[in-house]
Amino acid sequence: MLGAIATAVGTGLTRSVSAQTTQASPTPTLTIGYVHWVHSVETISYIFTPPLDNGRSGAEVGITDNNTTGRFLNQNFLLSVVETHTNEDPVVALNTLIAKGIRLVITDRPAADVLKLADVAAPHGVTIFNAGAAEDALREENCRANVIHTAPSYYMLTDALAQYLIWKRWPRWFLAYGTQPNDLLLAAAYRRSAKIFGAHIVADRQYKGKAGSRETDSGLIELQEQLPVFTQNAPNYDVLVCADENSVFGGYMPYRTWDARPVAGSAGLIPTSWDPNSLEFGGRQMQDRFVAYAHRFMTALDMNAWVAVRMIGTAASYAQSLEPDKIMAYMRGPNFQLGAYRGLSLSVRDWNGQVRQAILLSDSGRTVVSMSPQPGFLHQFTVLDTLGTDKPETKCKLTTAQKG
Amino acid sequence: MITRRTAILGLPPALLAAAATPAEAALTGRAYATNEKDNTISVIDLAQMKTVKTVQTGQRPRGFDLTSDGKRLLVCLGDSNRIDILDTTSWKVLGSINTPDPEYAALRQPGNNPLYVSNENNALVTVWNIDTQKMLVQMPTGVEPEGMAVSPGGQVIVNTTETTSMAQFFSYGTGKNVANVLVPPRPRWAAFTHDGSEVWVSSELGGTVTVIDAKTFKVLDTIHFVVEGLRSTFIQPVGINITRDDKRAFVCLGPANRVAVVDVPERKVLSYVSTGSKVFDATVQKYLLVGQRPWHAGFTPDENYLLTANGLSNDVSVIDVTRLRVINTIPVGQQPWMVLVSPA
Repeated sequence: MLGAIATAVGTGLTRSVSAQTTQASPTPTLTIGYVHWVHSVETISYIFTPPLDNGRSGAEVGITDNNTTGRFLNQNFLLSVVETHTNEDPVVALNTLIAKGIRLVITDRPAADVLKLADVAAPHGVTIFNAGAAEDALREENCRANVIHTAPSYYMLTDALAQYLIWKRWPRWFLAYGTQPNDLLLAAAYRRSAKIFGAHIVADRQYKGKAGSRETDSGLIELQEQLPVFTQNAPNYDVLVCADENSVFGGYMPYRTWDARPVAGSAGLIPTSWDPNSLEFGGRQMQDRFVAYAHRFMTALDMNAWVAVRMIGTAASYAQSLEPDKIMAYMRGPNFQLGAYRGLSLSVRDWNGQVRQAILLSDSGRTVVSMSPQPGFLHQFTVLDTLGTDKPETKCKLTTAQKG
Repeated sequence: MITRRTAILGLPPALLAAAATPAEAALTGRAYATNEKDNTISVIDLAQMKTVKTVQTGQRPRGFDLTSDGKRLLVCLGDSNRIDILDTTSWKVLGSINTPDPEYAALRQPGNNPLYVSNENNALVTVWNIDTQKMLVQMPTGVEPEGMAVSPGGQVIVNTTETTSMAQFFSYGTGKNVANVLVPPRPRWAAFTHDGSEVWVSSELGGTVTVIDAKTFKVLDTIHFVVEGLRSTFIQPVGINITRDDKRAFVCLGPANRVAVVDVPERKVLSYVSTGSKVFDATVQKYLLVGQRPWHAGFTPDENYLLTANGLSNDVSVIDVTRLRVINTIPVGQQPWMVLVSPA
């Protein structure tokens, strides 16, 4: 029993997991950093309140998986987590990790912070793994050569849903979006996907209601009156597509539209990188391992963080090295593939550092309805590149100097 | 199922079977398919080419093995956390081995003992005496052990770990881990050549079969599969069956709905047998088209026929090994995982 794999510094608790190893002499070790954003939000559905260890537990299970492999290859992995809160500067946390010599750092901080961290990290030869932020600008006009995005972008998520709705022959959409900046980005992504895949947005309406507290007494009666009004007098549509990143109104849409229509997007049929009900492609084993460790279900953020850790571990296995430069070179190379329980293997888009991946379509976390890309959506190289910005359209220019 | 079968050659099933076998050894005996979705084993009478009995099992039957006399069937019941030893005449449970999440189990031959079990959730291979149902030893593996093969003579055991992407070799006598060979992602299956010199390992996501020297554990070759008109991502090799003369290997290609026929000494793909095509064109066959998503296959004892378990079309394809044709399709239960023909 060697080594604690998870060490929290700063404000948080320390949680340790023993890495199983049979090595007697000290095993060569790579420490992966994690700038963790400890926060939660009020969600319309109480059972989907994000847990405080969201993402972090995924990374920790990834470390255990890396070490289950590493014990046979004389490689050991540790995770060094720095907990940060909403109003704290994540750069302080990053500097703590850099001072320890850590060069591969995962974060689930929001988009603006990812950019800040990337720029602080670059001169130190540090790579940032973005597990949380979906903003496409991070992969496009604001792309950075030292960032790998394990989180799918808005475009990838909206393309995944669009393909399914087109496959289903539901091309007429009612787009309902919120007032926050990320709602506007997500709505724009849906408009873009509609254009690409041949859907028509026949109604495009902003829901101006404010984020309230969860149900108060008689709140249901009010919603029952308000939401039909918001959706009435619409041209004939097939599906209501909802862009509500902040859980303000999306969850209230199903069963409350004026017309009897299904809901998709931020409620109803949800595009996501993971769902705790996904059992195909060996997913059952992933879910079981995660629940046994974290005593809760595995979220999309957990999966994105797990993917980051396993990408590092897998590249280290094949590169037969724990040197960050060799790991990153292998990861960005043509032979890299990671199995991540979604059929096709994951790899890195060399033009912007986005991890290409299949997207699940979840029935609000109850069952998996489908997985995109959908049959019939073809691509010259890989069907996974029918989701999100493809090479010919990218605005990202990674210079050799940037790639470091 | 019937409609598709008749569509293959435009003949009713009985005629089809009769027409396909006039000059060949009669197809007799029994085959078994584990159906992981409906928790059953289908018993197939090969002379009649149909399922004659459906046996209820515990939860999620997947991998299984048969004793060399064909009298006992040992089935992994993943969700019941046990392996049942079934009498293949009475279908009574003769004994049970309680072990977490068994996915596949292989008996050491000769001798029908011990049983090597891949405990998928626990990163372990456990070894059991099937007469006493006691565990002899457990061996730690990488993440998600699945495929397992015992060398001819039984001295070396190889296990494939899906998420760790390794073929891991263990010594029979000591249980020690003697070598770990990295292969392309998600290795599902391993098979020794019958002369014991090579181990063939399929990689489901890598889309390859890796040929490993069984003595030096060096990678000798990597076999790639290309099916015209099919994206490479649909080519997901799983089951490997090698003929006793070590001349041919049959590799199930999963969602490609085909079985690849490989020349073993040359390590080259000869043809691809299709198992699920509506139009069967014998002139252009390069891969055998079978039913949908064949994962595992089993030879008849004379190796004149190979049966594939087609997980998504709920049937078993019967391939004429000499002529490389699918001669029949037999409906079984839901999501057949594996099929074996009784050795006796």
